[in-house]
Amino acid sequence: MNIRETLARMRGSPSLQAGAACLAALLLVVFIGPYFCPFDPDAIDFSVAMAPPDGTHWFGTDNLGRDVLARVFAAGRIDLQIAAVCVALPFAVGSTIGAVSAYVGGVVDAIVMRIVDVVWAFPFYVLVIAIVGSLGPSIGNMYLAFTLVVWISFARIVRGEVLVARRLEYVQAARVLGFGHGRIVLRHILPNVIAPAMVFAMSDVILTILGVTSLGFLGLGIQPPQAEWGLMISEGRNFIFDAPWISLFPGLAIIYVGITFTLIGDGLDDLMRAKP
Amino acid sequence: MSAPVLDIRHLRTSFGGAKARVAAVDDVSFQIGRGEIFGLVGESGCGKSATCRSIIRLFAGARATIESGQILFEGRDLAPLREAELTDIRGAAISMIFQDPMTALNPTMKIGQQIAEVLKRHQALSRSAPRARVLELLAEVGVPNPAGRIDSYPHEFSGGMRQRVLIAIALACRPKLLIADEPTTALDVTVQDQILKLILRLRREIGTSVLLVTHDLGVVAQSCDRVAVMYAGRIVETGTVRQLFARPSHPYTRALIAALPSTGSRRPLTPIGGAPPSLTAPPTGCRFHPRCAVAFEACAQVLPPAVAVEDGHSSACLRAADGP
Amino acid sequence: MSDLVPFLELRGVSKSFPGKRSLVDLAMGRPARSLQAVRDASLRLAPAETLGVVGESGCGKSTLGGCITGLIEPTAGEVLYKGAAFASRRRRERSRIIQMIFQDPYSSLNPRLTLAQTLDEVLRVHGLRAGAAERRDRIDELLLMVNLAPSFKDRLPHAFSGGQRQRISIARALAVEPQIIVADEPVSALDASVQAQIVNLFVELRDRLGLSYIFVAHDLNVVRHVSHRIAVMYLGEIVECADADLLFEDARHPYTRALITAIPQPNPEQRTELASLEGELPDPLSPPPGCSFSTRCPLAVERCRMENPMIRRVAGRDVRCHRAEETGGVSQRV
Repeated sequence: MNIRETLARMRGSPSLQAGAACLAALLLVVFIGPYFCPFDPDAIDFSVAMAPPDGTHWFGTDNLGRDVLARVFAAGRIDLQIAAVCVALPFAVGSTIGAVSAYVGGVVDAIVMRIVDVVWAFPFYVLVIAIVGSLGPSIGNMYLAFTLVVWISFARIVRGEVLVARRLEYVQAARVLGFGHGRIVLRHILPNVIAPAMVFAMSDVILTILGVTSLGFLGLGIQPPQAEWGLMISEGRNFIFDAPWISLFPGLAIIYVGITFTLIGDGLDDLMRAKP
Repeated sequence: MSAPVLDIRHLRTSFGGAKARVAAVDDVSFQIGRGEIFGLVGESGCGKSATCRSIIRLFAGARATIESGQILFEGRDLAPLREAELTDIRGAAISMIFQDPMTALNPTMKIGQQIAEVLKRHQALSRSAPRARVLELLAEVGVPNPAGRIDSYPHEFSGGMRQRVLIAIALACRPKLLIADEPTTALDVTVQDQILKLILRLRREIGTSVLLVTHDLGVVAQSCDRVAVMYAGRIVETGTVRQLFARPSHPYTRALIAALPSTGSRRPLTPIGGAPPSLTAPPTGCRFHPRCAVAFEACAQVLPPAVAVEDGHSSACLRAADGP
Repeated sequence: MSDLVPFLELRGVSKSFPGKRSLVDLAMGRPARSLQAVRDASLRLAPAETLGVVGESGCGKSTLGGCITGLIEPTAGEVLYKGAAFASRRRRERSRIIQMIFQDPYSSLNPRLTLAQTLDEVLRVHGLRAGAAERRDRIDELLLMVNLAPSFKDRLPHAFSGGQRQRISIARALAVEPQIIVADEPVSALDASVQAQIVNLFVELRDRLGLSYIFVAHDLNVVRHVSHRIAVMYLGEIVECADADLLFEDARHPYTRALITAIPQPNPEQRTELASLEGELPDPLSPPPGCSFSTRCPLAVERCRMENPMIRRVAGRDVRCHRAEETGGVSQRV
């Protein structure tokens, strides 16, 4: 699918356009913004500690005098990158397992589905926290925890689609034409069934951001002095009455990301339903 | 001849909104006599289904308007009637059955209930009467062991049996006219044979007129008394079935007959060249002329009127008077 | 036909699908009933011959087609190509011998690949042309063979009509240069005039390339037009197999006779109110003990209900009926 076709398609959904615009703005601000921001997110300056938002510090400063705006940006970069990986890995792993499971069928499919059922039975956050908690807080362990827990959602979606696609005549034609199984799954089945998984990935971003920031809030994620939204909210807890802006702005940032990806997810859903 | 049950005069129905209006039924006229089986034959997209739906205005959600013309049912024009008046007619005086028996029945309702439902709507019966009547109707349409099957669900029936149930529902109130829109297209050939023979028998026993829509000339030859051939929203030839097959007087009819795989011959089949025209921009003059083997200049300029070829047999072709 | 090793042969091919059991069935200890889609089918096909396979819903003809192409694995019997078990060959080899055309033109092409990509993939996977330029030439050649303009090759399937899509499917099958093509209801989903075009194409390609066909369809008239011989199936079994003209003039199996008389002929002079065949198909999960047609056959006697007839040679064709000698004569109503 080329760019022109994609952009033309997007015109069909106002939600998608709004979401895409929000995302573009977010990425621009978070990655380019710091070059325009005169403050270092880690620079401690007790002389301006707990300063409310004003002309110099647009989001105010925290208890160590660090500029909140700069920290929100820095945290944004970290959180978005971690979230991207924490969605991409389960997406890749889960979709592959789901597709192979449905394609091969039989005992393999039965076993995979039982594993999915078991993992599904645990509450998402409990499992993630348990894994990170027992392995120790680090970015690598977060990637591992999310992958181990979230793959099942993608697996179920893709499996359902592949079970149907397997029966379609062009897939049967590919078998009769002597194509290898790898080619059939990768070239003929997956591209035609991956769309629902991608839509789900968008809503998964929200879940993941919440998960990552929650881990940060609990002290199980990114460690101080690194800026991270959840961590910032947690650190601001003690000053919630004196300097509410320390927790407020990271919180608003999380909400903004949530709205952005909800819009994108709805938009993709609109497009899919409108497809001829 | 007694007054016709259905007399359609210059009916015009269009589909679509202001931007893309298509005249699916364009100046269509024909009559169906009492107890007559009238065939409406043509390929897909020719407007035969749209014509049926126009009669009782069942457009299934499509945006359709009856633009002009009269639909005289036993002398009464249906076109200007309001929806409330039409619902009294549907199911009671005029019934319709459709192509796909697999989806036409409510899957969560027993078939006995579905038949009883139409009886209750249109007739005042006592509480227990419907069950007895339903059993009679099931026997009439040839469902074996009616008492055992009256409480079954549609999924327990084969396609042919479901179509019989649908016919029972359609004929429950003894309508004057049964509209059958491709009722056997989705069925196997022996089942199709059973259903067509059933319709013939019921016509004889009950006296219902039937408007039978099909694309299959064989079905027309075996079941219909009179027939009209449709092309691109217009009627091109009308006559008795014998007249049509003995002396097809429109090039399209002749081409349809010639395209059938004839028994035994191994000559290549002669398909009709080209494709049916788009109804949004139909050809000027005769709609068939771009594909016609005997067209001449006037064909592109004038919409040919229906001319009589013999008594009761007319053709809308400038060359109808020429021999076959 | 010669006595040499047959080109393609099916020997006693059967396929059953296991039925599901509900919890109640499990609790009551009822065994799972299986659906026997194809029972003991035996056929032969010669080079450049077209064998039609006809029957109504539930007769097993599509499953039989699947068994021949290898999409479905038979539960019994074997498929032999030039005397050797077809299944013993590797999948890629098999695909160079037998190809398939499917029924639904709207789902038999990958919607994301252009015509050129679809055909190019086949040529590349099988190594059928040396370079990209040679492949392009071959693609043009294949499209012309099915009467499609080569300029269409960069379009996606949704731009084409049903008839055109079937042509593309045919071109795809021809790309591997097969010996045998199994066509499973290739024209059923098309309009009558388009059907005629595709049927003509099939005949032309067969005559030009010397292909063998197994033409599965429910429309007897179309099948008669393209086939040399026709096999009739009922409830999973082949009940009659004869030369096409012989079948129509003098069918010996009562079901075949009923099937032929049921076809509505475009001749208003010959009409009747009698249906050619009464009753319904028996439940395929519990077929009748004797002949599967005995529940509806007007000629059925006690023996028919008890003993399933074997296929035997009667009056120049193979037929599965105890009373085949008695059903003879020019085509009459049964």
